[in-house]
Amino acid sequence: MTALSQQTIDATRKNESQLLASWQANLDASGASRDSRINHAEFETQTRDFLRLLLAGTNNGDSANIAASEWSDVRAFLDGLSRSRALQGFDSHTTANFIFSLKRPLFELVHTQYASNPTELGSQLWAVTELLDALGMYTVRAFQKSREEVIARQQEELLELSTPVVKLWDGVLALPMIGTLDSQRTQVVMESLLQRIVETGAEIAIIDITGVPTVDTLVAQHLLKTVTAIRLMGADAIISGVRPQIAQTIVHLGLDLQGIVTKANLADALALALKRAGLTVTKAT
Amino acid sequence: MNVLRSGTQAVRIEQDVVLARQTARKLAVEAGLRLVDQTKLVTAASELARNTVVYGRGGDMDWEILEEERRKGLRLTFRDQGPGIADMKLAMTDGWTSGGGLGLGLTGAKRLVDDFSVESAPGQGTRVMICKWT
Ligand SMILES: Nc1ncnc2c1ncn2[C@@H]1O[C@H](COP(=O)(O)OP(=O)(O)OP(=O)(O)O)[C@@H](O)[C@H]1O
Ligand SMILES: [Mg+2]
Repeated sequence: MTALSQQTIDATRKNESQLLASWQANLDASGASRDSRINHAEFETQTRDFLRLLLAGTNNGDSANIAASEWSDVRAFLDGLSRSRALQGFDSHTTANFIFSLKRPLFELVHTQYASNPTELGSQLWAVTELLDALGMYTVRAFQKSREEVIARQQEELLELSTPVVKLWDGVLALPMIGTLDSQRTQVVMESLLQRIVETGAEIAIIDITGVPTVDTLVAQHLLKTVTAIRLMGADAIISGVRPQIAQTIVHLGLDLQGIVTKANLADALALALKRAGLTVTKAT
Repeated sequence: MNVLRSGTQAVRIEQDVVLARQTARKLAVEAGLRLVDQTKLVTAASELARNTVVYGRGGDMDWEILEEERRKGLRLTFRDQGPGIADMKLAMTDGWTSGGGLGLGLTGAKRLVDDFSVESAPGQGTRVMICKWT
């Protein structure tokens, strides 16, 4: 691996603002900085911050070894950048291009510096290429890792929401909800409950929210809609799993669940459902 | 008042609302809030994060773990550069919504926390700060 010479390092420091300007111009020309998923001011801050860290890295550390500790700030920056790009739904190509588009401005700088020294020019161009390629590859790997994390989380969310509709008794269905309730999948789960009510002719549906960590206005809206729909179908609804902290929060939030039967746990809800069905549970003697 | 730890995270898409809630929950535990207060703060954060995504066209959540005398607190600030709120009195009215909501997000969040402030101007974006103390 070829390292950057002191002359190149000094030149980049001296020409930091021109480098930044032509790098940003490059990114503007490619449309990268005008993507609606990212705000322009933020994009400019990212280019400025990265260039500053890169120059500090070349000054303190060996440009041929970005795994060294002098490059830890640069690596941390690229980790964060890759992660946020992955979450915003960018692809790896666009993400890595952030780095690769810095090649041209740096090449131009090296060209002017070594105009009269072809040997040194060649070796310094090579050093710049190796450094930016290494940083670009690092970015792609970090991006890939973040993407995998996003996918793993999404799979988890899907699992969380593939909630079964359980028959507890003749005429009594239960829907144990687990996980976050505010995605579009909620609607799907609620619809399958309504479908099962039609199929089985159930008279009571218990929606259990023990596994739902947060009940906010959107979740409440989903629940209210579902309860209304259940009633329109001629059945009754009970919401169970309303823990004390959730009950208090609902009150402060100002939600009006009046007219909806709620129970602290599923057992109480089942007991009520059986009673309404005219059944009593007695101890065998 | 001391800031023990702070950070920022993006609130741009619906998934970020889930992530903001998870962060709020983790920090509320770290700050030592009891379960009811954790739940209240997380619920308020959920409301504000969703407003940021839905009405504010996305923004950021700043978080700070605070220490003052012998109590600790968690402060969250939701910032966006969206259209802003034209009529604050209306927005802070129970049941008023410009979308299809219940109109309880802002007012509910205010009731759920100890400190609440909102700043907004048309075209300038919106900034809502909430804080809960042990
Ligand atoms: N960040 C924001 N930017 C612009 N307008 C906002 C913002 N936050 C809230 N608003 C406005 O204030 C109104 C009230 O907000 P609030 O959260 O109380 O109710 P909502 O979001 O309409 O319904 P929900 O009860 O589901 O939260 C919104 O309908 C919207 O017009
Ligand atoms: Mg709202």
